[in-house]
Amino acid sequence: MVNKNPAWTRKDLLGLQELTRDEIELLLKTAESFKEVISREVKKVPTLRGKTVVNLFYEPSTRTRVSFEVAAKRLSADVINIAIESSSVRKGETLIDTGKNIEALKVDIIVMRHNCSGAAVMLAKNLHASIINAGDGWHEHPTQALLDMFTLKEKLGVIEGLKVSIVGDIAHSRVARSNIWGLTKLGAHVTVCAPPMLIPTGIEKTGVSVTSSIDEALKDADAVNVLRMQFERDTENAFPKQLEYFKNFGITAERLKKAKKNILVMHPGPINRGVEVSSDVADGPNSVILEQVTNGIAVRMAALFLVSQANEHILKKNTGVKAKNEKVLVK
Amino acid sequence: MPMREKAHIMDKNSMQRTLARIAHEILEKNRGTEDLVIVGVRTRGAYLAERLAQTIEQIDGHKPPVGILDITLYRDDLSSIAQQPVVHKTEIDFDIQHKKVVLVDDVLYTGRTVRAALDEIIDFGRPQFIQLAVLIDRGHRELPIRADYVGKNIPTSPKETVEVRLEESEGRDEVVVLEQNGE
Amino acid sequence: MSILIKNGRVIDPGGNIDAVLDILVEDGRISKVAKDITVPAKDMIDASGKIVMPGLVDMHVHLREPGREDKETVSSGSMAAIRGGVTSLLAMPNTTPAIDSAENIRLLKKIIQKTANCNVFIAGSITSGRNGCRLVDVVSLKKEGVLAITDDGSSVDSEEVMSEALKNANKEKLLVISHCEDRSLANGGVMNLGYISTQLGLRGISNGSEYKRVARDIELAQKTGAAIHIAHISCRESVELVAAAKKKGLHVSAEAAPHHFALCDEELMSYDTNLKMNPPLRSKDDVAAIRQGLTDGTIDAIASDHAPHTENEKEIEFDRAEFGVIGLETELAVSITELVDKGLLSWLELAKRLSFNPSRILGINKGTLSAGSDADIIIIDPSKEWKVAAEGLVSKSKNSAFLGRTLKGVVEYTICAGKVVYQQP
Repeated sequence: MVNKNPAWTRKDLLGLQELTRDEIELLLKTAESFKEVISREVKKVPTLRGKTVVNLFYEPSTRTRVSFEVAAKRLSADVINIAIESSSVRKGETLIDTGKNIEALKVDIIVMRHNCSGAAVMLAKNLHASIINAGDGWHEHPTQALLDMFTLKEKLGVIEGLKVSIVGDIAHSRVARSNIWGLTKLGAHVTVCAPPMLIPTGIEKTGVSVTSSIDEALKDADAVNVLRMQFERDTENAFPKQLEYFKNFGITAERLKKAKKNILVMHPGPINRGVEVSSDVADGPNSVILEQVTNGIAVRMAALFLVSQANEHILKKNTGVKAKNEKVLVK
Repeated sequence: MPMREKAHIMDKNSMQRTLARIAHEILEKNRGTEDLVIVGVRTRGAYLAERLAQTIEQIDGHKPPVGILDITLYRDDLSSIAQQPVVHKTEIDFDIQHKKVVLVDDVLYTGRTVRAALDEIIDFGRPQFIQLAVLIDRGHRELPIRADYVGKNIPTSPKETVEVRLEESEGRDEVVVLEQNGE
Repeated sequence: MSILIKNGRVIDPGGNIDAVLDILVEDGRISKVAKDITVPAKDMIDASGKIVMPGLVDMHVHLREPGREDKETVSSGSMAAIRGGVTSLLAMPNTTPAIDSAENIRLLKKIIQKTANCNVFIAGSITSGRNGCRLVDVVSLKKEGVLAITDDGSSVDSEEVMSEALKNANKEKLLVISHCEDRSLANGGVMNLGYISTQLGLRGISNGSEYKRVARDIELAQKTGAAIHIAHISCRESVELVAAAKKKGLHVSAEAAPHHFALCDEELMSYDTNLKMNPPLRSKDDVAAIRQGLTDGTIDAIASDHAPHTENEKEIEFDRAEFGVIGLETELAVSITELVDKGLLSWLELAKRLSFNPSRILGINKGTLSAGSDADIIIIDPSKEWKVAAEGLVSKSKNSAFLGRTLKGVVEYTICAGKVVYQQP
């Protein structure tokens, strides 16, 4: 039987900007199957048995790293975590050298978090192994956006036509960028909301609406994705004071009263309670923050599965080796 | 590769009679429908499982629960198959623990699909036992697996392909043997 | 020692000549330019169908020697120059040590004497160690023969220091070349600020960081009466400021680099670090303004801003990669491809931007083919195409912004001081 579904042909998952709508939908659909897997009693499938996944993290991150680790283990892959102190990078070997060394260990997939935008793109160009971008600088964080979209789809049925607002430091947020690409491709109406100095140049050209009024952003929205305010990274003094930010942009029960009753409140975590969102909202009925965490596993399993499968085909084609025991699965 | 139809093995009526016989055999061997569940392998095995369950209901009055297995994630040949399969959901909405499971597929060939299906079922729990029902057994086993219920045994050569076509997927019920066109 | 160049299309911006002529070179000078010269010469070059023009005068080159001989040397850089049709270049002073004293100039002159493959002129720095604070002794620098002073690579942030520098230079009739960049406004950026930097998640450098400094330096030039040359202008506002200054009759000149009229920031979508330079590739609109400025004469000169960097400094994360691209070997071909071929400049006008004008700005007797001038001549096949490849470049560093691109125009002969120093193999 001919497969009418579009196939996944990329060895890497670097960002959502370069993906087609079909590819994003395939990822989400595949993740649905993995959501079923992780709700079983035995939450593990043998799919990536014998494969090795390296989590290469140049930036401290517990949740994303753990999420990828759980995802890989539930696919029966072996997982190795490498954390590299970013400050020591200048003296040490280059990123490409590090990547090639990891590849020489016969690693199949490198999941990389890096503080420089474009780092994953560069690594992917130089290696045969699959690269999954787990966040690069301000550029993209595709699996986070995919899990946000997965959660939206699970809760609201469709993404097409939804009104989604993204609130917070848009300028320095890879989560915002990936969400903007993914959501607009799938036909959602996206509004970004931030103080003017945290709205990046030309962002409206992506097709999003821009506002600095939180009430406007919440009005009629089906979901609000609240970004973490990273005051610790403020090297430009562009951030207003925390309290002032909460006063002007914090998501509170009071503000939600004016929004749709069933508005979904999302957050990529970790939450700064009382800075971007109040505790009663974070723990309240509109919050899907913990479900996002669960869905992150399913989405990352899908990403690992798809890139691994595609890369096997690419590598085989490149080496010209047709597996002798190749079997066309017709019976 | 161009394929030529070599033999017509089953039509709508014979398929219906075959499924009815298998349903009777299942009921006989398991003494009714108590603890009985039917699990089909996506895609055609799932349709056949549903048909068997309905036939059993007609005979016995009770419809056993039907589940669907997607064995993609358990395959041992993911890297070598030409077409990348799309992963679909496995749908087993009942407890498998201590159940009598009848696994259903359309064609039994190397046995590898069944091996994958067995592994997956066991990940859902510990059934009393698992039996296997297939519409066609074409031989050429690569694993020590045999079916408990067989619609029809068809001796084939590895160059041939057995194709089961079903109303639900192809719009008609039939089984044909296809052969590669001579080079 | 004589060379007769026959039947070439001679482009002489000095005499405003564009005609098929013969050129006789004797003893390092051009002795005759005329139709059908029949004087016997030691060597004869048939230049039919070829362009014969003055060798390029590139007033913005980083040769890296002394100090970073791993990136480039006077020898390798000047070799790249003659391959690209450049016969004279101005070496920037941001070396280690910086060219900020008579002693350091003498050191560099020795190297040039021993190893240079073309005319290498020297620019001194404005401040000692290019630190932006203490002014150099321009009198001694002038005495050692520098053609200009500049802190290129950095801007002189202090208005007072810059003003004093202009006054001192003016007394010595020395040109000041200004790298215009307000680092506080550049915001640690690594590329042009705009929609592309937003998409890539890279920190952007605003046009303002350049043109606000251009405005300041033009104003200082006006106040002090000194001559100022604005290096590598890249944005629309800078072009407008220079145009306005020229209208007022100020001693202001400007140059643009080939990458700034050939490429825009949209090329950066692949994070190619060979497209990272300072000032950065700007928007399409800015590129259009630079082209317009070259066409209408607001921008006097084309200069490569040849800035070699090793692979180790380029094949790394975009944020961490060095700023700068090489350009000596491609500037002529890029100019032909982007300006002449597209009808923006005539050959004569091109030769003015590449040779004549920079010579006049630097006060050297180059950039013309009239009888009696230095025989710095190039012969080029104007229609031949070639693909830029790292393997084909002779510069020590391969960080060209044009790798993989097809360009028009191949240098067949480079004649420097009457000698064929390069001949296309």
